[in-house]
Amino acid sequence: MIAIIDYGLGNVKALANVYKRLNIPAIIIKQVEDLKRADKVILPGVGSFDNAMQKFENSGMRKLLCEMVFERHTPVLGVCVGMQMLACSSEEGSLPGLGWIDGEVIKFRLSSLKSSMRVPHMGWNDIKQVRTNALLQGLDVDSRFYFLHSYYFHCHKNEDIVAVTDYGGEFACVVNSGNIYGVQFHPEKSHQWGIRLLENFGKL
Amino acid sequence: MLDPRIIPCLLIKDKALFKTINFKNPKYVGDPINAVKIFNEKEVDELIVLDIDATIEKREPDYNMIEHLAEECRMPLCYGGGVTSSEQIQRIIQLGVEKVAISSAAIENPNLVAEASECVGNQSVVVVLDVKRNSLNGRYEVWIHNGYRATGMCPFELALQMEKLGAGEIVINSIDNDGLMKGFDFALVDRILKSINVPLTVLGGAGSLNDIGCLIDKYRIIGVAAGSLFLFKGVYKAVLINYPNRIEKDMLIEEYYRKRL
Repeated sequence: MIAIIDYGLGNVKALANVYKRLNIPAIIIKQVEDLKRADKVILPGVGSFDNAMQKFENSGMRKLLCEMVFERHTPVLGVCVGMQMLACSSEEGSLPGLGWIDGEVIKFRLSSLKSSMRVPHMGWNDIKQVRTNALLQGLDVDSRFYFLHSYYFHCHKNEDIVAVTDYGGEFACVVNSGNIYGVQFHPEKSHQWGIRLLENFGKL
Repeated sequence: MLDPRIIPCLLIKDKALFKTINFKNPKYVGDPINAVKIFNEKEVDELIVLDIDATIEKREPDYNMIEHLAEECRMPLCYGGGVTSSEQIQRIIQLGVEKVAISSAAIENPNLVAEASECVGNQSVVVVLDVKRNSLNGRYEVWIHNGYRATGMCPFELALQMEKLGAGEIVINSIDNDGLMKGFDFALVDRILKSINVPLTVLGGAGSLNDIGCLIDKYRIIGVAAGSLFLFKGVYKAVLINYPNRIEKDMLIEEYYRKRL
């Protein structure tokens, strides 16, 4: 069963709806006890980095989730700010991140973008796979995803980057290290391509 | 490559879907949830839903309706109408909405924009400016309370102020062009784009896919929103929810955008 962590941020219902349509068991969880039953976890997130870290900390789920991820090797998928939380730190805030994938979250610099490019990076963009990964199975041609963010994940290790997107330069939009996955875009709002990605995660 | 966004905009009144002309004469169009379901099938880029009564009736956003809409939407959703506090904005985001639009409240209390972006991040804070050209001096002016009250404020200065406070997107809505389907006001778009650095979405006037194409051709990465165009068909404006299918949209973007990079 997939646990979609509801710590007060992120589109938990849209994620749950996708799995309902796919007939893959998934539940929205608010209590740490319910997390124990999960064999996969989705960590959503919108909003500012510190607010998300603080709310997640307050949920009391961090310790158990750590155990699950590192001892039981439970697959975890961070979405949007949920992905950024996997990093060590973010320019957007002062709280440390989870530090599960080596990297830092940095802001798009307007000076490095073309004049028609604006921040936030908002809308549908394509992704380029740099290595094959089960999460992106069947998504190698013409897949597009919805992005909505002003900060991006800067990976310190190239091998953790699964796919990149170009916005005034390439940035990591899908990362993976072991059983830890992150996507910068919103798969729950990315029509058939997002559904496929969430299905792939469900089948890991 | 990031594509321009083509966005249906739905107006809600008494829980039903309506469409106005120059912000007046609301015409009943149908059921909003039904419209969302059709737009899901059409794989639209985003959806804007505005409750046009909430502010005038001084009531809270209808959270039940928003929750229901957010659950149905398989595309990003921007909700606006009756939003006056950052608590409300947080609550709406928690219901599964990606972006919250504020208009009257942002103009009457600009600090709200700063507070909101502090808690939900600037990417989720949208400021909608309803703009009308003053018939005496030709100047653009911002109106609030669904076009009932003039502010005398300049939309270009206001848009920049909103961006500085933390708005992540500006929606410019032309009251003069609303529902007329005669094309966008390029002079307005020109000036607003020069004033701001955040994404802009233009609403008011789209009458054909060609109108959308012309806007994309000129302004490249931009949000293009439309009501009537995606709700009506034919000269008699029969209600028929529509949106370019993937091939049509791809051709449009290819012709007006990618080919001319």
